[in-house]
Amino acid sequence: MATLTASPTVAPQPNRVRRRQKRRVPPVLLAFLLVPLAVEAFWVFWPALQGFWLSLTNWDGVSAPSFVGLGNFRELFGDPIFRDSAFNTLIWLVLFGGLSAAGGLGLALLLQREGRGVGFYRAALFTPVVFSLVATSLIWQAIYQPDGLLNKLLGGLGLESWQHSWLADPDTALYAVLVPALWRQVGYVMVLYLAGLKGIDPTLFEAAKIDGAGRWQQFRFVTWPQLRSVNSVVLSDSLRSFDVVWAMTKGGPYHSSELLSTYMYATAFQSLRLGYASALAVVIFVLAFGVIVAYLVRAFREDDK
Amino acid sequence: MKGKTFAFHAVAGTLSALWLLPIALVLLTAIRTFDDIAGNGLGALPDSFSLDSFGEAWHAGGQSQAMLNSLFVTVPTVLLSLALSAAAAFALSRYDIPFRRAIILLMLAGNLLPPQILLVPVAKLCELLGIYDTLPALIVVQVGFGLGFYTFVLQGFMRAIPDEIQQAATIDGAGAVTIFWRIILPMTRPALAALSALAFTWVFNDLLWAITVLRTGTVMPVTPALLGLQGQYVSNWNVIAAGSVIAAIPTVAVFLRFQKHFISGLAIGAVK
Repeated sequence: MATLTASPTVAPQPNRVRRRQKRRVPPVLLAFLLVPLAVEAFWVFWPALQGFWLSLTNWDGVSAPSFVGLGNFRELFGDPIFRDSAFNTLIWLVLFGGLSAAGGLGLALLLQREGRGVGFYRAALFTPVVFSLVATSLIWQAIYQPDGLLNKLLGGLGLESWQHSWLADPDTALYAVLVPALWRQVGYVMVLYLAGLKGIDPTLFEAAKIDGAGRWQQFRFVTWPQLRSVNSVVLSDSLRSFDVVWAMTKGGPYHSSELLSTYMYATAFQSLRLGYASALAVVIFVLAFGVIVAYLVRAFREDDK
Repeated sequence: MKGKTFAFHAVAGTLSALWLLPIALVLLTAIRTFDDIAGNGLGALPDSFSLDSFGEAWHAGGQSQAMLNSLFVTVPTVLLSLALSAAAAFALSRYDIPFRRAIILLMLAGNLLPPQILLVPVAKLCELLGIYDTLPALIVVQVGFGLGFYTFVLQGFMRAIPDEIQQAATIDGAGAVTIFWRIILPMTRPALAALSALAFTWVFNDLLWAITVLRTGTVMPVTPALLGLQGQYVSNWNVIAAGSVIAAIPTVAVFLRFQKHFISGLAIGAVK
């Protein structure tokens, strides 16, 4: 699920000029608030706390969990699959996050003008966003098959030596999964950046020009600061990646495309090592923590206005 | 100037064509026969035309059941999520609730958690409640997890509604529920529409929660069921392609029908 904050296109700016008069809170409003809060507490906060607790235990899901302290985390250090999947997650963050941000920004700058054909181009690039990642994976698996389109094209170009079982080779599996993920993400990030570009007050550019700013400086000091919030969306989406890897390779072959998220899922629901899986989840949480806090701080500030 | 326009269309046109190519390919694969694919290779141009693969995926592949499961999950999840979050957002935005800001941020923080930390406990909780491997489990889990985000967006939107309207209604004797139902909710419609379109796609396309609280193939919604379809028709790429097309139809339909809402929903706050 994406994580975004309030926008001008949907939300009029919350310019609360004067303080709302003090209003007594009718009792029915308590139900309005407490019922949703209770639902979230029961299905999110309470399980989250359990998740942290379970990371300190050994548990097969049947007998009672046994407390092992930091044992799971100690085991993580010596676990080569953990090391591989952590490293792959890092590669994924850099490539998936970086390329989708760069590509999305490039496309947004290219397509921010109005004109003939622009609507079509935007729609074409955006279309994959509405597909599920599973459907996306299947489409691309067909392309990657030994007798699929990609190898066919390479053969047609006289590059037979490049033909490959893209998903079956540990050297290429991770990157072969990355491409469909980017195919779907770039259009999404483009839309976010387009919305950001649209929200910039044109007089800022006028002012910058009068001050003698060149095109690069205008981008660097006027455009970019307005787009920064997209970055945390991009980052948290890369941390959340799971579906596309699970659907294409399940992390294989030989864990070569394993991410922390897929390793955690497999550890929990295939190896049934629920305590160890919870420790992996805690690691993912720690990685995501910075993004969460940055996001909340901004939400907090925005709410202030 | 002319050259520049030409270069623009050349670049943008090429990119668009590249982006549409996989979609064209899946459509072309779906209309081929198995013999054609087996004989000429998956990457070849179609040498046959048949729509049987759609029927195969729909009936024998179990997609008709999966589509029903998806609708049983998606529609109630979207409605419940928005009803609950609209109620919470109303209380949080229009009244002086103590600690309102802390509550909003806490709720949002819940949605920002990486789902992994919740998977094991949520699966066990569902077992404990006896709803594991049933569609209601998937509904409540997704409602709970999404609430924070929807509440955050809706309360921001509701707060921008001028206070005078509510004051006038209060003077006319309207109670909180009436104000919510007759005044605030109708004025929040654009945000609700945007969030519904988005939530529909998210819930419909979900894989992780489904494979966490469901196990049996026959209760799986369309998205996870696609993986089962792939296992069932290992090298029948025409059926797998047809299945992918079928699975994409509802979200594409929602997108085309609610395009404006959808885009503005995505853009919610990408700015700032």
